[in-house]
Amino acid sequence: MIPLVAAASGEAALAFVEIGAVALLLSVLARVAGRLGITAIPLYLLAGLAVGEGGVAPLDVSADFIGLAGEIGVLLLLLTLGLEYSADELRHGLRSGAVPGVVDAAVNFTPAFLVGLVLGWEPAAAVLLGGVCWVSSSGVVSKVLTDLDRLGNRETPGVLNLLVIEDLAMAIYLPVVGALVVGRGAGDTAVTVAIALAAVSLILVIALRWGDHLSRLLSPATDEALLLAVFGLTLLVGGLAQKVQVSAAIGAFLVGLALSGSVQARAAAVVGPLRDLFAATFFLFFSFSVDPADLVQVLVPAAGLTLVGVLGKLVSGWVAARSVGAGRPGRLRAGSVLIARGEFSIVIAALGAASADGAELGALAAAYVLMTAVVGPLAAKNADRLAARLVRTG
Amino acid sequence: MGQCGAMTEVTETQLPGVGVRHEFTTAGGDRTSVLSHRTGRRELAIYSRSDPDACSTVLHLAAEDARTLSELLGGNPVGEAASAVQRLEGVAIDWIRIRPGNDRAGTTIGDGRFRTRTGASVVALVRGDQTVPAPGPEVALAAEDIVVAVGTPDGLRQLRRLLEA
Repeated sequence: MIPLVAAASGEAALAFVEIGAVALLLSVLARVAGRLGITAIPLYLLAGLAVGEGGVAPLDVSADFIGLAGEIGVLLLLLTLGLEYSADELRHGLRSGAVPGVVDAAVNFTPAFLVGLVLGWEPAAAVLLGGVCWVSSSGVVSKVLTDLDRLGNRETPGVLNLLVIEDLAMAIYLPVVGALVVGRGAGDTAVTVAIALAAVSLILVIALRWGDHLSRLLSPATDEALLLAVFGLTLLVGGLAQKVQVSAAIGAFLVGLALSGSVQARAAAVVGPLRDLFAATFFLFFSFSVDPADLVQVLVPAAGLTLVGVLGKLVSGWVAARSVGAGRPGRLRAGSVLIARGEFSIVIAALGAASADGAELGALAAAYVLMTAVVGPLAAKNADRLAARLVRTG
Repeated sequence: MGQCGAMTEVTETQLPGVGVRHEFTTAGGDRTSVLSHRTGRRELAIYSRSDPDACSTVLHLAAEDARTLSELLGGNPVGEAASAVQRLEGVAIDWIRIRPGNDRAGTTIGDGRFRTRTGASVVALVRGDQTVPAPGPEVALAAEDIVVAVGTPDGLRQLRRLLEA
């Protein structure tokens, strides 16, 4: 036993050094992002490129660990997203945001899907690309709204309702594309999609109907017990969902939805730091597999998609803000704040990593998120100035 | 939701994932809103006159700042209870007026066994300018009283039926 332990501990020591160095690097990047007023996600992706295959300092022994930690990061990202909204808010958002939601999907998903087909990808990969370009980053949007003091603005409920709709749409989209990616023949695919949708509806009904019981069961727990219970439940449900071909991420999302009331707030508080840690690992690991050479190749299509994505979000923001009665400056602000894409786009692209067009899709998604996450907050800031001019000129 | 006393008209807007926002226009014509974050933090915003959709000034208040400010402004305990209750999911608050000629006038709160029957609790009575906070079961209801009750939306509906019968 002793030599084995010694060998393992030698390897462990190297892994500690690698992971520690990477974590410190990410910490510096998070601070830089905070200074610049953008999300840290694009910087994490760049760091992943640097330490991944073909990068400047590839990691040796800790890649497997970081891979698994990254998978857990996806689950925690989706869990906290589910925790964000109560069942009431979802119902309300669905009622008031349905029309902007449909417009949003039409103007953002469709062009990217078509670009995927033009690039000669398989339909499933094109559907994934559509998703990558569709969903705004709720993390960036709420950060920008807070930083720019726009939570009080008239257009803001429209923006937030649109985010709710997008998140709900993801609850259906993710399991469907998850099934599309593994499906072989048309018949097979139809069956897997049907199973996936049935499983999601089942979990959703359980979450909305019996979520109260779960919350009551968990509410007397200490913070420590609550953290372990929520973490365990998320991985368990995620794993079971994955078994029946529904993406694990959706299982985690629905666990978040099921928790309500004071347990919801407490769970969000205790899971938050854990989520930050694992999610950073996920973004890092995602860009491990992206070849820097591929990234250079997709720069032109990514820039084109970014332009289309900016216009698309300006349209959906315009419609969403108009639906809550905001004037033209408000509609412009709403559109600009929605431009940034982030966590969901990467989660979606990761689903297709194993497919034939996975490498290109991954590179394109990384470039796209990089561009929109930088352009978005800048546009949001300047929309204020542009809006001010609109007001003055009438 | 009912209104008690003379108050400016306040509109309520849900901000999913953030909290709830209440807006009103002051007598002087300035549009103002209070944003209550789920965390207890508040934002007091004054809207710009040139662009009525945007805020010209936003004051960020920690939970204790908000309490201090509301005390300085002469906040009333009922209103505070109401906003505290709104942050709890599944809990609602309602104002129910006892109309003149109602059979309930003259009977006590204990007589009605409201909590046993509806699950909703009477947390205050507003009688003219006076507020009776946390009235005991021996307190009698009078015509024109406004009963402030807290419970589930369902329980409050039942209570309203009992009190308006």
